[in-house]
Amino acid sequence: MRPFGYTRADTSESAARQAASGGTFIAGGTNLLDLMKLEVMAPEALIDINRLDLGAIEETDDGGLRIGALVSNSDLANDARIRKDWPVLSRALLAGASGQLRNKATTGGNLLQRTRCLYFYDRAMPCNKREPGAGCSAKDGFNRILAVLGTSEHCIAAHPSDMAVAMRALGAEVETLKENGSTRRLTLDNLYLLPGDRPDQETVLEPGELITAVVLPAPVDGKQTYRKVRDRASYAFALVSVAGIAKLENGRIARANLAFGGLAPKPWRNAEVEALLTGEAPSEDLFNKAADLLLAEAQGYGANDFKIPLARRTLVSVLNELTQEAQQ
Amino acid sequence: MTEQFKMDAPATARRLDDMAQGLVGAPLDRPEGPLKVTGTATYANEWQVRGMVHGVMVRAPDNSGRVVLANCDAVEKMPGVLAVIQDDRLLRNPAQGTANKAPIQGPQHAAYLGQLIAVVVAEGFEQARHAAQSLQVQLENGEVMPVDPATAAVEPQEAKTLDQGDLDGAMKDAAFSVDVTYTTPSHSSSPMEPHASIASWQGDDLTLRGSYQMLKYNRNELSDALGIHPDRLRILSPYVGGGFGSKLGIAPEAVAAAIAAKKVGRPVSVALQRPQVYEATMRRSETTQRVRLAADAEGRLTGLGHDARVSNLPGETFAEPVLQASYFLYAGENRKMSMELARVHRLCAGSVRAPGEAVGVTVFEGAMDELAVQIGMDPVELRRRNIPEKDPESGKEFSSRRFLEALDSGAETFGWANRPGVKERREGEWLIGYGMASAARVNVLMESQARVTLTPEGRARVETDMTDIGTGTYAILGQIAGDMLGLPRDAVDVVLGDTTLPPASGSGGSWGAASSGTSVYLACEAIRKQLAERLEVDENDLTLKDGMATFDNQARSLSDILNGDQIAKLGHVLPGDTSEAVRQATFGAYFAEVAVHAASGETRVRRMHGTFAAGRILNAKTARSQCLGGMTFGIGIALTEEMAFDPRDGHVANHNLAEYHIPVNADVPQLTVDLLEERDDWANPLQAKGIGELGICGAAAAITNAIYNATGVRVRDYPATLDKVIAGM
Repeated sequence: MRPFGYTRADTSESAARQAASGGTFIAGGTNLLDLMKLEVMAPEALIDINRLDLGAIEETDDGGLRIGALVSNSDLANDARIRKDWPVLSRALLAGASGQLRNKATTGGNLLQRTRCLYFYDRAMPCNKREPGAGCSAKDGFNRILAVLGTSEHCIAAHPSDMAVAMRALGAEVETLKENGSTRRLTLDNLYLLPGDRPDQETVLEPGELITAVVLPAPVDGKQTYRKVRDRASYAFALVSVAGIAKLENGRIARANLAFGGLAPKPWRNAEVEALLTGEAPSEDLFNKAADLLLAEAQGYGANDFKIPLARRTLVSVLNELTQEAQQ
Repeated sequence: MTEQFKMDAPATARRLDDMAQGLVGAPLDRPEGPLKVTGTATYANEWQVRGMVHGVMVRAPDNSGRVVLANCDAVEKMPGVLAVIQDDRLLRNPAQGTANKAPIQGPQHAAYLGQLIAVVVAEGFEQARHAAQSLQVQLENGEVMPVDPATAAVEPQEAKTLDQGDLDGAMKDAAFSVDVTYTTPSHSSSPMEPHASIASWQGDDLTLRGSYQMLKYNRNELSDALGIHPDRLRILSPYVGGGFGSKLGIAPEAVAAAIAAKKVGRPVSVALQRPQVYEATMRRSETTQRVRLAADAEGRLTGLGHDARVSNLPGETFAEPVLQASYFLYAGENRKMSMELARVHRLCAGSVRAPGEAVGVTVFEGAMDELAVQIGMDPVELRRRNIPEKDPESGKEFSSRRFLEALDSGAETFGWANRPGVKERREGEWLIGYGMASAARVNVLMESQARVTLTPEGRARVETDMTDIGTGTYAILGQIAGDMLGLPRDAVDVVLGDTTLPPASGSGGSWGAASSGTSVYLACEAIRKQLAERLEVDENDLTLKDGMATFDNQARSLSDILNGDQIAKLGHVLPGDTSEAVRQATFGAYFAEVAVHAASGETRVRRMHGTFAAGRILNAKTARSQCLGGMTFGIGIALTEEMAFDPRDGHVANHNLAEYHIPVNADVPQLTVDLLEERDDWANPLQAKGIGELGICGAAAAITNAIYNATGVRVRDYPATLDKVIAGM
């Protein structure tokens, strides 16, 4: 860990201003502190935002929820409204990390956690995300946990969050505050960048831009589930995860929101897959066509090749669950 | 006065059965348990030694080349930095268990990526860590080194070779035969407490607070490494936060702390960082194992073969002894065994819990399951039919062996009769299967000494440099002394983990309890004799209980008999002829029920049972805990644990607890353990055999055999991760 400055911010505005000049926000620190100890991240200054008034979950005018950036993963997972009307999000949160980590980790921090690529964490290994232009040692290395969709020749890191996958399926948006005091709203799709030739740039957030809240739209009708497939029963990152919301009407799929974790550098959603399913009667054949479309561009890198058939099997299984139970 | 005893003949007296205090065998709590669960047991790196500074070790960034510290001068000038040390005496890798001398030394050349080639010392830990991370290590004239055991050069291990009868002929003539090759990956011990040492010099005398399993050997290894006389060296290791073999031999951090402390003139603490524990301590070698089984129409083995390839660093002789139980577990007159050692530039291979059997029996039991399936025979029955009358290689008798009872009793307890056919049982999306496997582990007695002192107050003190690595040594030594001297457990103090005390066997190879326990027993027996002399009675007529001696219709308190004196005796046991006269081993059987997800291939162990026989059980609670721990390791071997080596440079890619997947609570279901009554007179005067590792020796096979039963998929490449399961579905 390199020496660093530390400031505790009193207001969101001052936090954004301080971070704009070389500071890094810290909330729960469950990922950042590890990265600092390894000197993979070496911020000049930490701007502690834990005292900011961003810890509430409020109902919005259109029936949704505004989740403050500092709401802990535990509190969010256990919120009665979330459990009742957005259960996919509660399930995704509880599928992640451990009780202790969820108590400390925050909503905003969870969105911005870094990849778990083993080569990113090891400073002896070249990594374009850590050091642009250095090369990617994961591509020909042990890449079991890494991505098969949305990768580039420069980076195959996968996004590790479970929460963000559920939020993506729910159509959540983040609210941010910039250094100049302006605010904006971003869909999760727009928040995250694909690696391309700059895998070090993971989001569109500008220096100092602070995530203040995540806004969930009003609850959608249909059955919700979060399926996480992993290498042990708990405390492991997703190899493949699916956040699914499906609604059946007259024996046909009226709605299918599907987001995927473990497969890509960001929580993945494919509108074409959802369009293919919508209006159709559920069948194994249909689900396999959806998987074909989802995985048409998928590319494995050896140790993670299995993720492609695994994603297919998991998607089909999840769609069976969502549509079979809805039929009853 | 020393009570020396060599185990040359069966110890048939079974005196512990006659003692009145009734402690041995009882499920007593560990006396140090409250200290451990309240955080008040002080582990090595928790000592706050006056004036102490901190050292952090630095790794080689590749597996070959001459080490150059490019910016040493600049790092030495960093805040708080006291020294950057690249001393010739630094260890290349830890010493193997019982090595008794230093391993290969010298940080000038890298042999594997992760080798600890320097130590940076600073006033504060964070300063030392930052300075260590700032040190630029360059490797000059490095070459491309072999890191893949499949293609590396191999050395045949002649001593492990066996060729009896004609296995090829037996395979040809067999009614049923199996010829299969399995692989197991490298495993890490992953102890919760990282390897850590604090070194303090007083003139030329060194005190090392460390976390070690075998202090008698560790002292000699450290003295050899440093070039100082062993008498100048004291190692303290009263509590060990998990060893599992990784703390058998002196390790790089101890030598680095000692050298650094001398150089800076202050006590120095060096704890390995978590990735360093994975990269620079010990791994269990990966194995490739071919098993051949030939059986007649009734399922009786006519031949068996077991050929293995394991690996290690150049210069290391340790070769994972995977054949160890194959020599004696099953009958079959045509037998062929061989082993070869591949030389690779991965971290050192050494003992990880139950070296040999943990993966050797596991693979063999997978092959046995395949044979049972082929014959269409109950896997339990196949094993029952192939229990040899005598050691099939040497013709020696077994010392004691309740293998058949373990199979039958375990099957009954588990409900094995209800096992489904292959792919027969399904609950929703989960496929349900049962599997079983045998357990076997060699039994060993080692030289060990302990001093027992009966104080004038009628209390006993047990002193030995034996260690308690979480296994229950404090508990059982107190129980043995309490029974022999007729004292309640809390009237016995047990002092361990200090090389100024009589040298013990150390903890490893499952021999610690029986070996050190026997030394305590011998010392107590000598004290009994002296008490009897004072009372002028035959020692055998003396009943000791609750601090009172009863004899000839009289009762006197021990303090009264001692009359202000104390009696101190040294017990000293040596292995003898019984080690060779008979085959000594422990046995058991595992049964597991698994659920495999039909879509994802994820396996969940639903329940698991083990029945074991290991001679006299000294403490039913700590013995059971050892078995539970072993079976948990078995779940890890079966489903999750694998050191992932980068195919290019052989470094451990998953070098942390997040990505090296030991089973977490959610992976471990209800485990049940039955311990069978047994006495082994050939083993030692306690009639106890080692139980520390028995619970892991084959456990994983019960689970993978159950996966086969559930899915019809035979995974021969451990661990049975979901990708391998779905590939067969």
